Amino acid sequence: MGVIKSASAPHPLPKVPTGVAGFDQMSHGGLPRHRTSLLIGGPGAGKTVFALQCIVNAARGGRAGIFVGFEESTRQLMANGATFDWGLARLARKEIFFLDAHLSPTLVKAGDFDLAAMLAILAAKKKEIGAEWIVFDGIDVLLAVLQDPAAEMREVYRIRDWLSENGLTAILTAKLDGRTAEAGRYGFLQFMVDCVVRFERRQEARIAVQGIQITKYRGSGYAAAEYPLTFGPSGVAVGAVDAMELRHKASNERITAGFERLDAMLGGGVFRGSSTLITGAPGTSKTTLSGKFAEAACRRGERTLFVSYDEAADQIVRNLASVGIQLEGHVKSGLLRMYSARTESISAEEQLSRLNSLMREHRPQCMVIDPLTAIAKAGALDTARTVASRLIYLVKDAGISLFVTALSGVDDPLSESTEVQISTIADTWIHLSYLVLGGERNRALTIVKSRGTAHSNQVRELVLSHSGPTLSDVYSAGGEVLMGTLRWEKEAEENARQLRQRAEFEQKRRELQSAEARTRAGIAELQADLERQRAELVRYTEERELHNASSGKRQSDLRKRRSADPASLASRKSGNGAAK
Amino acid sequence: MSQRPRKRKLPAAAVTTEVLLRLYVAGAAPNSVLAIANLEAICREHLKDGYQLEVVDVLEHPRRAMADGVLVTPSLSKLSPGPASNVVGNLSDKAKVLLALGMRGKAR
Repeated sequence: MGVIKSASAPHPLPKVPTGVAGFDQMSHGGLPRHRTSLLIGGPGAGKTVFALQCIVNAARGGRAGIFVGFEESTRQLMANGATFDWGLARLARKEIFFLDAHLSPTLVKAGDFDLAAMLAILAAKKKEIGAEWIVFDGIDVLLAVLQDPAAEMREVYRIRDWLSENGLTAILTAKLDGRTAEAGRYGFLQFMVDCVVRFERRQEARIAVQGIQITKYRGSGYAAAEYPLTFGPSGVAVGAVDAMELRHKASNERITAGFERLDAMLGGGVFRGSSTLITGAPGTSKTTLSGKFAEAACRRGERTLFVSYDEAADQIVRNLASVGIQLEGHVKSGLLRMYSARTESISAEEQLSRLNSLMREHRPQCMVIDPLTAIAKAGALDTARTVASRLIYLVKDAGISLFVTALSGVDDPLSESTEVQISTIADTWIHLSYLVLGGERNRALTIVKSRGTAHSNQVRELVLSHSGPTLSDVYSAGGEVLMGTLRWEKEAEENARQLRQRAEFEQKRRELQSAEARTRAGIAELQADLERQRAELVRYTEERELHNASSGKRQSDLRKRRSADPASLASRKSGNGAAK
Repeated sequence: MSQRPRKRKLPAAAVTTEVLLRLYVAGAAPNSVLAIANLEAICREHLKDGYQLEVVDVLEHPRRAMADGVLVTPSLSKLSPGPASNVVGNLSDKAKVLLALGMRGKAR
């Protein structure tokens, strides 16, 4: 028993790690030390396994524990425990004491009774093995036997007092799902304990989904969300609790998204360690694009993991080879690891843990998951969504550059919402679509978003050839994007139009030239006219002067002739004038 | 509080069946004290043929309780004549005690 310290300075609540993967993160360190925690949940939700696992982990660390089973016999518990790799039988010889407290339902009750005998036994045993942990499994069964609310409360408080006297870290489990009337009846249990952990098992999309949530933790912070609980060979594990903060480092290094023109659209490729989402309807070459990315990564000599769902690995390798993406050599060299799995039968959680171990095994620098939406098929919508986002975070935290594909365009709310969910997390979002025009189906590529990058907002046509995918410019005509043959037609049409325009221009120019020439010719003619008219005017003026002069002379001649002028002079003068 | 095994044997009279009883108690807990008183009253009234009662204090002998699989107190076991039977509680419900111990026939 600890000494209660003054409350003047914040004193962190001492905790004991449980060793249950993920739970210690979720609870910020484990269960409260020397205090009582309550695990509640419906049948088969994992309470007993969790409690047993805590005891086993403590025992492995040399701290003994006691397990009191009210519901199951020790034999049953041992048999269940043997299905995990704990070595329970060996631990049960020394470090763990099992008390079979399975009260017979036919027990005849004749008046009030209490649990003093049990607690006396436990106290003796605790001293003997030096136990630090104790589990009361199925306290609800015990309480049901008491059949009296007052007695129930009395006995629970008796247990609590005993626990605090003995300084044990205790776990109580109770079959309550927190929603039924029983919850109120056993509400005092929750008030009494320092920590309440709720286990939930529900059926979603025909697959059982298990969750764990801390609903109360006195004097401590904790992750309040419900986390998935998975069962594995080592017991239960809390699905990778996300880090409270996003801790992946942002890299400024660019790596190719697969081919040059796509890189150009992305402003030079994708950032290393970023995640890229490719969405599109079936057959829009999502796999091809991600295959190209994987091939490029292998060419750089980077370890790559290609996860494909619902399509066999060698089938993908073969199909990609037909569009010039050669993966086979990289698979053989061990650089590229192909992993394919079916998704229907396995829960999303389990897929996640498999990928996690694959990643640990192969240590990839680049990774493809095709399609991520397949995980959504594996069970419940909520789970699938959180699994999808957790997967992305997991990959990002490992600094792996990721390409994921997601099926869209099909009328499926499941994949749609998954897509929406992922698209908010992904750094780059490439959308592929079909445009059906002129009897053709052509693939169009758009970059919806790309964080931290100036990226093209243009739609490009994705053309697949034997040498791999490439992008072509597209025409947009009258608000419509043209592709394929229509694009080709449009190109030809455009060329013809240009030729025609050039010809028209030439003609017009010639016309204008000749008009100008004509005008110039007209000007010259008029100039000539002008010259002629001027000359005429001059001659006319001179003639006129001459005429005036000669007529004056003739009059004087006449006067002379008529008077005294010599006739010869007069006739010669008039003759000269007429000759002019 | 230490309870030594008590023997109450009525002499004389033809002893056909002696009843062997064991009562587990937890020290001087109210229910335990009550159970002893109740049981003695029942025995006086109904087991005139003779009986043996052993009172075990689990606080002093937890290992015995463990070995006998006794988890609650007070807890009464009829060891013989067979078949063995058990009843728990402070034994205030006399009818139930008699029923459980198979002594109903002798009750009235």
